[in-house]
Amino acid sequence: METALECIGARKVFYVKKEARPKTKPSAEWGASPGEGGANGSGGDAALPGAIAGRPAKAGAGEHGSADIPSNGGAGGRANGSANGPPNGRFRGRSAFSRAMATLFPRSVPVQAVSGVTFNVRRGEIFGILGPNGSGKSTLIRLISTLLLPDEGEIRVFGHDVVRERFAVRRLINRVSVEAAFFKKLSAMENLSYAARLYDVDIREARKTAISILKRLGLGESKVYEPLEDLSRGMQQKVAVARALLTSPVLLLLDEPTTGLDPVSKREVQDYVLEVREGHDTTVILTTHDMQEADRLCDRVAVIDQGRFVALDTPAHLKADLARDGEAATLEDVFFALTGKALKESHPGEGD
Amino acid sequence: MIELAREVRRSYALVERNFNLIKRYIGWEIVFLVYTVVNTLTIAFIGVNPATGGGGDRVLYLVVGALLWGFLSVLFHEVAESVQWERWEGTIEYSFMAPMKRLSYLGGVCLFAATYGAVRTVVVMLAVVSLFKLDLGNANLGAALVVLLLSSLSFIGVGLMAAVLPLLSPEKGSQAAHILEAAILLVSGVYYDVSVLPGWLQPLSRLSPATYTLRAARAALLRNASLRDIGGDLVLLLAIGVVLIPLGLRVFNWGELHAMRTGKLKRSG
Ligand SMILES: Nc1ncnc2c1ncn2[C@@H]1O[C@H](COP(=O)(O)OP(=O)(O)OP(=O)(O)O)[C@@H](O)[C@H]1O
Ligand SMILES: [Mg+2]
Repeated sequence: METALECIGARKVFYVKKEARPKTKPSAEWGASPGEGGANGSGGDAALPGAIAGRPAKAGAGEHGSADIPSNGGAGGRANGSANGPPNGRFRGRSAFSRAMATLFPRSVPVQAVSGVTFNVRRGEIFGILGPNGSGKSTLIRLISTLLLPDEGEIRVFGHDVVRERFAVRRLINRVSVEAAFFKKLSAMENLSYAARLYDVDIREARKTAISILKRLGLGESKVYEPLEDLSRGMQQKVAVARALLTSPVLLLLDEPTTGLDPVSKREVQDYVLEVREGHDTTVILTTHDMQEADRLCDRVAVIDQGRFVALDTPAHLKADLARDGEAATLEDVFFALTGKALKESHPGEGD
Repeated sequence: MIELAREVRRSYALVERNFNLIKRYIGWEIVFLVYTVVNTLTIAFIGVNPATGGGGDRVLYLVVGALLWGFLSVLFHEVAESVQWERWEGTIEYSFMAPMKRLSYLGGVCLFAATYGAVRTVVVMLAVVSLFKLDLGNANLGAALVVLLLSSLSFIGVGLMAAVLPLLSPEKGSQAAHILEAAILLVSGVYYDVSVLPGWLQPLSRLSPATYTLRAARAALLRNASLRDIGGDLVLLLAIGVVLIPLGLRVFNWGELHAMRTGKLKRSG
């Protein structure tokens, strides 16, 4: 059987800025807000010059900006916040100088997102990755989809190295991410046309295909021409699936494709994934928090915890291994048993 | 050859997308166009105001500055903000994952920027011409057009250098680009001759391509200078473009790799 994906000892470490936080627990008077305030402030600032300099989209984007920036601008925002937030005496024992330095040059701490993962995916397989929030699923998907460079290890897609032969890999793959990555003011069709042109797919064919895929997923044609921001999350996710399939990828990376979908829509997307695998000779790597979905779709499942694979087998085997005294186990039981902390402790994870 | 045609088609994706976005943000588009028109007219009125020694060539002098700066800053913005904008929309990973050369991506951005900037500038120009009697008797329009083309190259180069900033710092990159733009406005003699700047700022004005653009454009439009007369400035503009564009691309590629290494393209999800 041909190998679609080889992943050998892949490792990814992020360095995240440690925020300059007061030693004492922040009190309610200002403790809760500086982060948000700073982040929103920077969103507003970013929009302002745009408004003056004259790009409407920027003002529009500014709206997104303030909604969006806290997620990746959080650190900076919070650093700002603590620079002007705490009243005197909050940082007792630290000189003004060291406080300023900590704000200007926050220390970075390493976060092991993926720490040495090895596995193969066979052609035509649907391979599931399960794991708690912040366990490294999305990071692994990004490593495969050439959006992140691995620190160590090798990843090959149909024999092409994701670092050295990035371009060749990009032709073979497409990805659906958990959040709908669209120009939200543009319609589904305009977004899909953009995608088709980026991949140099014949535009007329692409439009027809797009409509038929969306119909198949239960999205009526009338919705196709509305701005995406007017569509529900589930509908947007269906458009994202259509966009990924438009380019006929041989390796399809689905990062929580059904999160936020109602049970019917979930079914529609799941059935479609199965259909695509049969009809188009597509290999699928899927992450999900839905154990039934994994059970239903995946030929094999890996469970990842703190960046490491803690199990890899068919759902049936995983369940059989856990079943004891004739009592059947579900995939959910397997998940709890392997990740260990599901019901006991809350995750300190920073998974956004 | 076929591959080249494909890449050209791919870069058209950016042009189409951006014009679609303009259609969807048409309200803002109108607001900013009106703002730019009014702003330019205001500056032109300074030129006729007797209290500031108005009259003569002054209106044309100021209008040339306003129009050129309008065009170049749009060009700079569109290129420099392309990354930041995709980040706001959340599409950056999707666009960067496409099997497309970064040159085509940025080429598409530049093509759109030049077209869009030209359209806007023409609208503003029409508004100015309808209100002021500009004396173009001494204008060498052909030479002015050459100035515009060559300075577009160098501004695209500067824009590419700035476009990489949001890749290096998601939070502060865009702010830095705005500061760069403001600095160029200050030192390039958009509304005054650079000789009025304090001595310590003069060397900076020599670094800005806009300085040569404005000097050459004014020579062509106010004093009927020939291509030969402004040849020195033209060569400089061309040289800046020829150096900065490939350098900008290199820097951009490097910045993209840096973002892929440190996880700065996008984080959530
Ligand atoms: N770009 C980034 N920069 C810094 N840290 C990151 C980045 N991306 C992920 N991380 C960190 O790496 C770890 C793994 O994150 P990842 O997004 O891969 O988890 P996940 O399994 O997809 O979680 P979820 O189920 O919540 O989607 C987390 O601690 C996260 O904070
Ligand atoms: Mg994830």
